[in-house]
Amino acid sequence: MTQEQKKLICITCPRGCALVVTVEGETVIKTEGNSCKRGVDYATGELKDPRRMVTTTVRVKGGVHPLAPVYTESPIPKPRIFDLLAEVRKIELTAPVKFGDVVIENVLGTGINVLASRNIPAKSETS
Amino acid sequence: MLKKKYDVIVIGAGPAGLAAAIEAKKTGAQDVLVIERAQELGGILQQCIHNGFGLQTFKKDLTGPTYAQRFIDELAGLHVDTLLDAMALNVTSERHVYVTSQSSGFVELDTRALVLAMGCRERTRAQIALPGTRPAGVYTAGTAQRFVNIEGFMPGKCFVILGSGDIGMIMARRLTFEGAKVERVLEIMPFLTGLTRNYVQCLLDYDIPLQLHHTVKRIIGNDRVEAIESVQIDEHRQPMPGTEETIPCDTLLLSVGLIPENELSRKAGVALDPVTGGPFVDEEMQTSVPGIFAAGNVVHVYDLVDWVTQAGLLCGRNAAQYAITARKHDGRRVRMKAGENVRYVIPHILDKESLAESAQLLQMRVTLPIEAPVWVEVMNGEERVTRKAELYVRPGEMVNIDLPQSAYDAVQRASELSVRVVRR
Ligand SMILES: Cc1cc2nc3c(=O)[nH]c(=O)nc-3n(C[C@H](O)[C@H](O)[C@H](O)COP(=O)(O)OP(=O)(O)OC[C@H]3O[C@@H](n4cnc5c(N)ncnc54)[C@H](O)[C@@H]3O)c2cc1C
Ligand code: SF4
Repeated sequence: MTQEQKKLICITCPRGCALVVTVEGETVIKTEGNSCKRGVDYATGELKDPRRMVTTTVRVKGGVHPLAPVYTESPIPKPRIFDLLAEVRKIELTAPVKFGDVVIENVLGTGINVLASRNIPAKSETS
Repeated sequence: MLKKKYDVIVIGAGPAGLAAAIEAKKTGAQDVLVIERAQELGGILQQCIHNGFGLQTFKKDLTGPTYAQRFIDELAGLHVDTLLDAMALNVTSERHVYVTSQSSGFVELDTRALVLAMGCRERTRAQIALPGTRPAGVYTAGTAQRFVNIEGFMPGKCFVILGSGDIGMIMARRLTFEGAKVERVLEIMPFLTGLTRNYVQCLLDYDIPLQLHHTVKRIIGNDRVEAIESVQIDEHRQPMPGTEETIPCDTLLLSVGLIPENELSRKAGVALDPVTGGPFVDEEMQTSVPGIFAAGNVVHVYDLVDWVTQAGLLCGRNAAQYAITARKHDGRRVRMKAGENVRYVIPHILDKESLAESAQLLQMRVTLPIEAPVWVEVMNGEERVTRKAELYVRPGEMVNIDLPQSAYDAVQRASELSVRVVRR
């Protein structure tokens, strides 16, 4: 099988190393340009099953703000990002929201939870 | 309940201010107060709902609000006072702070040490001189970030973003998530000004085109932005004729840089560095005014919040130490005041314990000449502490008097001494 070189930028940390990945079909033969070994994991993952952390907001009733920020507990498959956003849009929470509350369990059957990023106290409360 | 005087007052409750307050309290400052203009703690982090915060401090990839929440929770356990919805209006070099707030109205507070942690603000259209009409639909990226992430409304449907800084790129993705179209990100420089990872995960991932060496030539539209005209820039930063392109859009976001917020620092007489736009600081984060410290984006613009927290901790520790030392001296110092026919007295302040070592020389000038024998008298209210005879006094000739060691006990009772020159 022929070898191919793919260019990627590692986004695991702010350094953003430019990676050159040699692949043969689906298999990663070699990764270059990475400054640490997390770059290799990134390259392998990015080519097989690219994933991203998703952060967005969900509506809240009766809170100090009309929205609560939420995040995926771990990165979700890239092609499912917009499906996830659609799911989140369907929801409305009721204040108070607590930091770490599970907003959606096992979203889209990925096994990943969507969690609240912060407290949203109810309008009269303070925190 | 607010106290009249604090060990440490912190202005601004972003990551810098929160870290400073926490560390000041832990270092042993007794009363610590945080003054924040917004209705909640956390500063700009509350609108930065994306992840990428805290990799160094917590070895975890946190969102902005989560990063802030950790410090807010820690602060809550430490009995630090907070005054929210409160604007610090003015600060003097003597650390007298003027604040107005919803809950307490207008108040004046004193503090032994002050921490400036007001963060930064965004450059606006006025600061980059954008030609064209002045329609609605031009926002700074940070303002739009606040609308979308906290207040819950979209400032437009179809965007052009000027500037490839992190806030601009992060907003490009965010707006895409909320169903808007981001037509273009324009960058006047020949390189990306934000992090490469944000280029990948905010622009490339969603096919948002970035054009380097491009800027906005003019804004088109009367009531509302209808389009912008972009233009390519040559190596000498000059627009290249013939490269103009009209890009239809209803909103233009500006992500063209941050400037430290130093109105208050200026009022306090803190010397500013024209390069950073922030105060000159020493290794303790103390400014040119003794007892006034600064940390975070108010000093220089950081790209990682972890460093902001580090600076806040350092600043808080030193501010607390300064306050603790000042507190020890509080009851030990007497102010020297000019009484009848005296213009001023040097020293202005006297350490009471100095008399245990030796007599102390007081020097002054009189306001009016008296060509007759006089007493130079040091008074604690109505009680005379010491006096000395002179044959005459004249404004042109300095008057000296020794405060003798025998005055030690009398001075201990005083909080203020005055000197007067009266006829014998
Ligand atoms: C719009 C914007 C978006 C940003 N996005 C990111 C990002 O995505 N990632 C990142 O790492 N960094 C980001 N930054 C940089 C970020 O500001 C720093 O990482 C960090 O938050 C700075 O902390 P700070 O405590 O110095 O300032 P801030 O977080 O700005 O806090 C300053 C606080 O002081 C208060 N204040 C100011 N003046 C007064 C006054 N007179 N009286 C009372 N209170 C006052 C303000 O209300 C504010 O809460 C962003 C900055 C801005 C301006
Ligand atoms: S390879 Fe390592 S150092 Fe380079 S960006 Fe990835 S995680 Fe960071």
